[in-house]
Amino acid sequence: MADFVSDTDTLIRYREDEPVDHAAVTVDSFLDQSNASAVRVEPGDDARELIPHLDRLALVEVNFPAFGDGRGYSSARLLREAGYKGELRAVGDVLVDQVAYMRRCGFDAFEPDAALNEEDLETALSRWPEVYQPAADSRTPIWAKRHA
Amino acid sequence: MYKYDSYDQQMVDARVEEFRDQARRRLEGKLTEDQFKPLRLMNGLYLQLHAYMLRVAIPYGTLDSRQMHALADIADKYDRGYGHFTTRQNIQYNWIKLEDAPDILADLAKVEMHAIQTSGNCIRNISSDHFAGAAADEVVDPRPYAELLRQWSSFHPEFSYLPRKFKIAVIASDTDRAAMRLHDIGIQIVEQDGELGAAFYVGGGMGRTPMIAPCINPFVPLDQLVTYAEACLRVYNRHGRRDNKYKARIKILVHEMGAEEYTRQVEAEFAHLLEQGVEPPFAELERIRTFFEDPLFEADLPAEIDRSDPDFALWVDRNTVAHKAEGYVSAVISLKPVGGIPGDATAEQMHLMADLARDYSFDELRVMHTQNIVLPHVRKADLHALWTALDQAGLGSPNLDTVEDIIACPGLDYCSLANARSIPVAQQISERFAANGKTEALGQLKLKISGCINACGHHHAGHIGILGVDKKGVENYQLLLGGSEAEDVSLAKITGPGFDEAGIVDAVETAADVYLRERQDGERFLDTYRRIGMTPFKEALYG
Repeated sequence: MADFVSDTDTLIRYREDEPVDHAAVTVDSFLDQSNASAVRVEPGDDARELIPHLDRLALVEVNFPAFGDGRGYSSARLLREAGYKGELRAVGDVLVDQVAYMRRCGFDAFEPDAALNEEDLETALSRWPEVYQPAADSRTPIWAKRHA
Repeated sequence: MYKYDSYDQQMVDARVEEFRDQARRRLEGKLTEDQFKPLRLMNGLYLQLHAYMLRVAIPYGTLDSRQMHALADIADKYDRGYGHFTTRQNIQYNWIKLEDAPDILADLAKVEMHAIQTSGNCIRNISSDHFAGAAADEVVDPRPYAELLRQWSSFHPEFSYLPRKFKIAVIASDTDRAAMRLHDIGIQIVEQDGELGAAFYVGGGMGRTPMIAPCINPFVPLDQLVTYAEACLRVYNRHGRRDNKYKARIKILVHEMGAEEYTRQVEAEFAHLLEQGVEPPFAELERIRTFFEDPLFEADLPAEIDRSDPDFALWVDRNTVAHKAEGYVSAVISLKPVGGIPGDATAEQMHLMADLARDYSFDELRVMHTQNIVLPHVRKADLHALWTALDQAGLGSPNLDTVEDIIACPGLDYCSLANARSIPVAQQISERFAANGKTEALGQLKLKISGCINACGHHHAGHIGILGVDKKGVENYQLLLGGSEAEDVSLAKITGPGFDEAGIVDAVETAADVYLRERQDGERFLDTYRRIGMTPFKEALYG
């Protein structure tokens, strides 16, 4: 069940821990300084540059300036594949029809520009009874069930 | 052929409900057209010049009679009584209402069909050899690999918002009947030292910048096929251009990055992904393969065909193709009647083709990328009865691979992108050659027409290609020569200044006459062009 953090902002989290209380810095700034624990990945950034520093990161925001730019899905999955366990937050033009795929790619928080309708969100996230392929979530692909 | 299990059915049913919900929100105004567009596109629904167009997936072009009947019923119930078979081995309906679309998808789901990912910037319906499972020259039936990739690519969470659309073709013979190297990824299943593997060709395509895909890996083991495809897609998703729609296809990435560097990055990603467990177990490929086992071909069938009826004999010569089983052929049903619209079939014709498939072809049909239909496994002894039924329904045109067998995009009659009409040009060319009687003498002559530079009509790959352009508000047609989508793949070249509508029909005949004058023994049009070059054609056209 989503945790709608407040009435005023649009942040939705699927985590138990407390959100990071300071703003995310750019990837370049993060790589230059050692004290930030929150970073924002833009579509053109190489998320792999963060991999040596995952242990000091508590929040990675992946920005979607336009919902049709799908690079952030790969950024998210790469970070989860590298073992990142902190918060992975999709921010920007995040729409309800994209959140199910985002969850599959490892996002566990959303901060959309426009608030999501709670009912539509629940519908979208419970839509798919099965999945055809493994991704960054824990869902078992159909092929594994067929050959269990 | 492949049959859904309860998992496949659940996924398609869920998609219908998802789209029903999305269409409702659109009709209620909760989704803007901009927000709705990628959602409807991923369900095959385009907004065209006059109405919505729905494109239904026919995976690797294979379907059974029940499915063909259902397609006919949709044409009757929701459209104007016909459908249009496409170069992606799919079918399109041109007169659809948005309110009906969810019900159409529900009707399709009842016969294990869908419109998933037939449009949008995602991995599209996967195409294959239309003679798969029947061709004498294949090392193995390529369709199980296409089905494995269909499932992998369906609702892929990482690759649903790619820079641009993504088309994959799978073949398994050296003869290329699927334009494999003009795809974003072309896969050829090959045999090496008794082992099967997949050769990957990446970065081909037509459109405004045609490219022939280079081979980036000649042998990917079959138990790593999905992982390798995932690596190819991830490099593209991360690095493909998004600043310019016209430079966003993977061919531009491979071209700008260089095939060597692209391959290096794919191999690095592949090594990483091998640790991630994305590959289905080999048992899954084995499971899928069981659906594609040969039907029970009869032994000791007569090899001879009674050719006493000359019209029938001509159709046999033109429209049937050698089969791997003795006593059988693959029979091509031409959807190119003289003066007709290439690829169109009425609901009645679809019903008839379905019945004939049930009676004469182990209940199986194929859609060709050349917009014809194949009955893949027909006993030679049944051919006359089959032809008689086809001929009575206007489906007996003996013109496979001739100048009358034209590929044409919908063009300005339907398409909002087109600059010029394609269909009337195709109609006039087939009428011209039927009237002047040169079709037979010209032999194999692949003619392909696109109504704009997006090249849906494959004009770059035509022995003769025609490209419709807009010249100061007037339709104008450029002539191209020397293309091929087959194993001898090449890109056609423009002859020179374009022609008006009447002029392009004359120009095609002029080019055909140059061939008839210059050809040497056994040469096809394409062979003669390659030997003598462009100059004699230019002289005849513009001299």
